[in-house]
Amino acid sequence: MELVLAAAIGILAASGVWLLLRPRSFQVIIGLTLISYAVNLFIFSIGGLRTGADPVLHEVAGNVAQYTDPLPQALVLTAIVIGFATTALFLVVLLTSRGLTGNDHVDGEDGTP
Amino acid sequence: MPDNLIPGAILCLPFAAAAATWLMRERGHNRAAWLMTGAALLGLALSLWLAPAIFAGEVLRQTIPWAPSLGLDLVLRVDGFSWLMLLLICGIGALVGVYARYYMSPDDPLARFFALLLAFMGSMLGIVMSGNVIQLVFFWELTSLFSFLLIGYWHHGASARDGARMALIVTSGGGFCLLAGMLLLGHIAGSYELDAILAAGEAVRAHPWYTPTLLLILLGAFTKSAQFPFHFWLPQAMSAPTPASAYLHSATMVKAGVFLLVRFWPVLGGTDQWYWIVGGVGLVTLILGAYAAMFEQDLKGVLAYSTISHLGLITMLVGLGSTLGVVAAIFHIVNHATFKSSLFMAAGAVDHEAGTRDLRRLGGLYRVMPVTATLALVAGAAMAGVPLLNGFLSKEMFFAETLAARQGPLLDAISVVIAVAASAFGVTYSIRFVRGVFFGRMPADLPREPHEPPLWMRLPIGFLALACLLVGVLPGRVIGPTLHAAAGAVLGAEMPAYSLAVWHGLTTPLLMSVFAFAAGCLLFASLRRRFDAIETAPLTSRFSGKRLFERALALFAADWPQRIERLYPSRRLQSQLLWIVLLALLAAVLAATTAPLDFRPHWSSIDPAFALLWLLGAACAIGAATQAKFHRLAALVLSGGAGLVSCVSFVWLSAPDLAATQLLVEVVTTILILLGLRWLPKRIAGFTPEGRRQRFRRRRDIVIALAVGVGVASLAYAAMMHPVADSISRFFLEQAYTEGGGHNVVNVILVDFRGFDTLGEISVLAIVALTVFALLRRFRPAAESIHVPEQQRQQTALEADEPGRAADHSLTDYLMIPGLIIQLMAPVILLFGLHLFLRGHDLPGGGFVAGITVAVALILLYMARGARWVESHLRVLPLRWIGAGLLLALLTGLGSLAFGRPFMTSHFQYLELPLLGRVPLATALLFDLGVFAVVVGATVLMLIALAHQSLRRSRQAADAPATGGGQG
Repeated sequence: MELVLAAAIGILAASGVWLLLRPRSFQVIIGLTLISYAVNLFIFSIGGLRTGADPVLHEVAGNVAQYTDPLPQALVLTAIVIGFATTALFLVVLLTSRGLTGNDHVDGEDGTP
Repeated sequence: MPDNLIPGAILCLPFAAAAATWLMRERGHNRAAWLMTGAALLGLALSLWLAPAIFAGEVLRQTIPWAPSLGLDLVLRVDGFSWLMLLLICGIGALVGVYARYYMSPDDPLARFFALLLAFMGSMLGIVMSGNVIQLVFFWELTSLFSFLLIGYWHHGASARDGARMALIVTSGGGFCLLAGMLLLGHIAGSYELDAILAAGEAVRAHPWYTPTLLLILLGAFTKSAQFPFHFWLPQAMSAPTPASAYLHSATMVKAGVFLLVRFWPVLGGTDQWYWIVGGVGLVTLILGAYAAMFEQDLKGVLAYSTISHLGLITMLVGLGSTLGVVAAIFHIVNHATFKSSLFMAAGAVDHEAGTRDLRRLGGLYRVMPVTATLALVAGAAMAGVPLLNGFLSKEMFFAETLAARQGPLLDAISVVIAVAASAFGVTYSIRFVRGVFFGRMPADLPREPHEPPLWMRLPIGFLALACLLVGVLPGRVIGPTLHAAAGAVLGAEMPAYSLAVWHGLTTPLLMSVFAFAAGCLLFASLRRRFDAIETAPLTSRFSGKRLFERALALFAADWPQRIERLYPSRRLQSQLLWIVLLALLAAVLAATTAPLDFRPHWSSIDPAFALLWLLGAACAIGAATQAKFHRLAALVLSGGAGLVSCVSFVWLSAPDLAATQLLVEVVTTILILLGLRWLPKRIAGFTPEGRRQRFRRRRDIVIALAVGVGVASLAYAAMMHPVADSISRFFLEQAYTEGGGHNVVNVILVDFRGFDTLGEISVLAIVALTVFALLRRFRPAAESIHVPEQQRQQTALEADEPGRAADHSLTDYLMIPGLIIQLMAPVILLFGLHLFLRGHDLPGGGFVAGITVAVALILLYMARGARWVESHLRVLPLRWIGAGLLLALLTGLGSLAFGRPFMTSHFQYLELPLLGRVPLATALLFDLGVFAVVVGATVLMLIALAHQSLRRSRQAADAPATGGGQG
């Protein structure tokens, strides 16, 4: 379980970083999306992986150990929403830069791809 | 009013008046001026009310606790010395208020001027009443700031801006040194309370850090009081309006430095370091200022250098180290403030009436403005130290002190000679000032026809000149008790015996005075022509502090930063990103080699279904990476696929909240990027040939990406296998229901335990949405993507060719069936969103998820029916949603303050409702409602703003003239 998820995080991160280093702004935005998946999964997994644990408290409070760790979940929930906001902002900056410079290179100059 | 509340009232008064002045800035300048005068007079009256207590030797204290654990309280402390300063600040403030009313032109923004003067007055009162040294530094910096704003009041003039900047850099730089010095001093004394520090003098002087502490504090005092070598800012500050110069740069603010020296004399004074530094700097400043003042041609310039010289005199008096010197210093602070501010006002009156301040162009004004001339003559005589005026008395005391100093015959002789020389120079420039303006021949080519200034401008000058005369003739009666109280507050039991009398007999100081006077007159008579012919002072003008300052400024603010910037590898984002990734990789490798992590794999526990799922996810991710350049839509779909797989993983690993949020955010992000795709340029594979350089970069980046991937994967694996120590999660799990009233711990953390973070988060969301909105309002697409997309054009052409079909048929009736379904489903989705919101506290759901659900419902409607249809049927005002949401969340948080609990404390209870039964109600639900509203508003705002661009552009392309433009 852990091995698979770790490999998945690695592949997401590698794809994301490769795109991040590309010259076209659309590649960068997709790269950031992939990196944010990787980071969200990474933060989430730090608390340890649990399948079949209860995410919500029962009426009669039982043993704390039977529940999932809520802290990474709360962190990631926040990260997802903020990630959406930054993606939107970056998209609009990208579009503005594209309109101003006439191309979609991250440095605003077309030449080398 | 009880006495110990009065200091607070005195301090608040000017600030309140400043705010009031600022608020009623449209109502003419009369009110502003009278508000200033009124506030100052009220402050003066309140100060006088304290007189019995002060004369009885009491020290009034008012403490307002702020952070007692750090030793930081707002302490107001009034003793005899600060009381004297209160009288000075309020009294001269009132006179300046009256004067400025008639001096300033009604065309200037007067509310700003008076508000700044008032705020300065408050800060200055804050300095002298501070009972805590950190608080003192705070007010100290405030006076620097208001002085900056007042010097730069006529900010259209370059000299005003430069002078203001120079004054700010020098004085606030000194302020930083002062802060450091005060922190050291507080550390040595064990308290930041002034009383405790004043009592710890012995310990401070014996401490090994005494010298650095002293140096830092002196740097603060010397910069503020324009002492050599920092004196150059004061002449440059003369670009300020004259009332501000009279108030700040002669009477009060520049006295803050010497105030500080006198105040801390019992703690820091009396050592060799003190004697050499303070006495030496004072001596140099005294002679340098007096010398330069003789050669100035600008009236205010003469007064500025003379102020520097007199401040040097006060500094030297404190530096000499005798108790009598301190008494004389306090006395001269008052005397100098009275005659110098009246001279500034007289110079302003001359400038106002004759239109110039150049000594060479002025003359003979006595005939047209006799009253002003007489008053200036009195004040000028006081500056020169003529008997029967106040300047004479303190100068006598100064001479007596230089004679009494015992530091070796040579040094004593030098200081006596310099004191007499400076005094002679003082006589010279005083004569030059008064004679050059008021006597001699009146030039015919004055810019204006001069006449007597208005009565209300002469009155403050007259009042101050009268004060000079009264103190000079009857010192014991007029100033005696006050000076005694002030000196007593500083010196305590060491109070020396002194006599304030005009005639002490034929003493050496008197002979020195007479000699200085004669020498000054002789100097003026013999060098009169030379003074007028010369542009700058000979000898000293070569070592201009101003030029040095400007050179240093250019070095620090331009040269060095540019050099550092050139060291930076690249200005291009692409290579900067490369550096960031490489550095992060390096840091991670360094961290991983030192951390006790276990990277050994365990093959046993692999769920084949989960592995298969991620095989798909990995394929999506790699596919997205390869397709993002030429096939944007495919890349978007593939990255969405990777997102869905991670969403399924969240469900798998018992995190339903995350799964729901991720799913919905995925949908919204995809729609958003789809809307943006239209504006990107077309890119076809194989169109541009690939060079060797590009191939190299690509391979290099693949290697880096692989390294990052392997690193992150092993780090993630090691982190997952690392046993989790007892974390804070346990607390959340145990307290979620008992304290937060909810079963969904994640939601309780978000809206209750860590509600403050969430408040920050929704603020960020709102700011981002507004930024997106603002950026898109001025959006200009590239020329080639303005037109209707090619596919759409082809379709339109096709339909036009086909008979029997309406034009733009497929544009108007697109997505007919799905549109109908979406329209019917929209209320259901909205209801589902509400459901998610309401159950959020106890079951997976909550404000974030519900907000995005509702936003999705609205966006679907937009997609199915088009923006025009939606906006004609439904009014969505995203900005109001955002505002209302933020306000609700904030008010819910503030609500707990009303019950005496800290910010964002939540409350919950069960409510018995008919039909529904027991319903849990928590204030956190209200907070969550705010979150919900912000999320709805922000998401909808961003999406609609982007969607409207297509609408706006096609309309503009069709109509040619702009038709206003759609706004989301």
